[in-house]
Amino acid sequence: MTEAAVWEALAEIADPEIPVISLVDLGVVKAVEVEDDRVRIEFTPTFMGCPALEVMQRQMEEAVTALGGEPQVDVLLDDSWSTDKITADGREKLRAAGFAPPAPRAESAPTLLQLQKPVHRCPYCGSTETRLDNLFGPTPCRSVRYCASCRQPFEQFKTI
Amino acid sequence: MISERAQLLLNLADDELILGWRNSEWTGIAPFLEEDVAFSSIAQNEIGHARALYERAARDLGGDADSIAFDREPEEYRCAPLVQLRLVPDWARTIARHVLYETADAIRIERLKQHDDGELAGIAAKIEREEVYHRLHAEMWLERLREEERYTDAVEELWPYALGVLEPGLRPVLAERVGHEEVDAVERTAPGAEFVALWEEMTMVRRSAPVGAQW
Repeated sequence: MTEAAVWEALAEIADPEIPVISLVDLGVVKAVEVEDDRVRIEFTPTFMGCPALEVMQRQMEEAVTALGGEPQVDVLLDDSWSTDKITADGREKLRAAGFAPPAPRAESAPTLLQLQKPVHRCPYCGSTETRLDNLFGPTPCRSVRYCASCRQPFEQFKTI
Repeated sequence: MISERAQLLLNLADDELILGWRNSEWTGIAPFLEEDVAFSSIAQNEIGHARALYERAARDLGGDADSIAFDREPEEYRCAPLVQLRLVPDWARTIARHVLYETADAIRIERLKQHDDGELAGIAAKIEREEVYHRLHAEMWLERLREEERYTDAVEELWPYALGVLEPGLRPVLAERVGHEEVDAVERTAPGAEFVALWEEMTMVRRSAPVGAQW
């Protein structure tokens, strides 16, 4: 078994909550190491209270088992994941599915002033005439915005 | 006697778990729907932070995150009195606690990010990424309520409790950020009656099943 084969298998696993992107698109697989049949995956969780994390872990184990490997998924509670880890492909898939991808993370944390500025683009019509409706949304990773141009509420990935 | 590091983790984790629990009491009864969503989401984040901290603490103390969260006796919890208070249906006091807690929490998370233990520092940095949004939410409410008497009265009432969230060395920083004089803090002592009632409910299902039950 090769590391490339494992990466390929992981790229087939859909995010349990946003199935348009894969775990590899989401950037949560930090490393894959293969030694004979043993496969070690370093997994960096997204939001700490996200209920999808355990599902992701199980799916990765199942994918390795299906390849005939013996999985070990190490959950890294370090600070290495941020929304900047979502791949360019992943961002485009999010946008196409109606989720505005996260703004790139600046040196300092987001501020209210930034979030309230009408620079955030509507994933449906592309307009930046959008306003923040709620910092929080249906899952920990999303805020809710409203597009004044196409009169459509939409979900905006938080930048963390 | 548990180590200083384990105690630090438990203080923080117990605060986040119990505040998460109190915040979740607003689910379905907040003054408007968007606040139902916000408080529920904040509660979910706080309980997620508690889980990560308990998992780390379990490596020092034995057991796992669930056993530390739910299998202790009420007097073993170390949560600050601020988070124990049952504040529904008082929105002014709830927002006062939210603003004060998030301000205090930011100070200790900043400190924890500098911890010699790189793993603890990493968890703190990860928690901080999410806490930013709690503070922005608190900031929006502070803007709306800061001149309201019910809100300012609630801040006065809860101020000694807010100081009790932090160790004494960090309290002057909180006093400066909030713009209040430091007073005698309500310290972390044995939990009170409001906490015991919460504990009864929080652990009810777990206690109803045999130890080691699989869910």
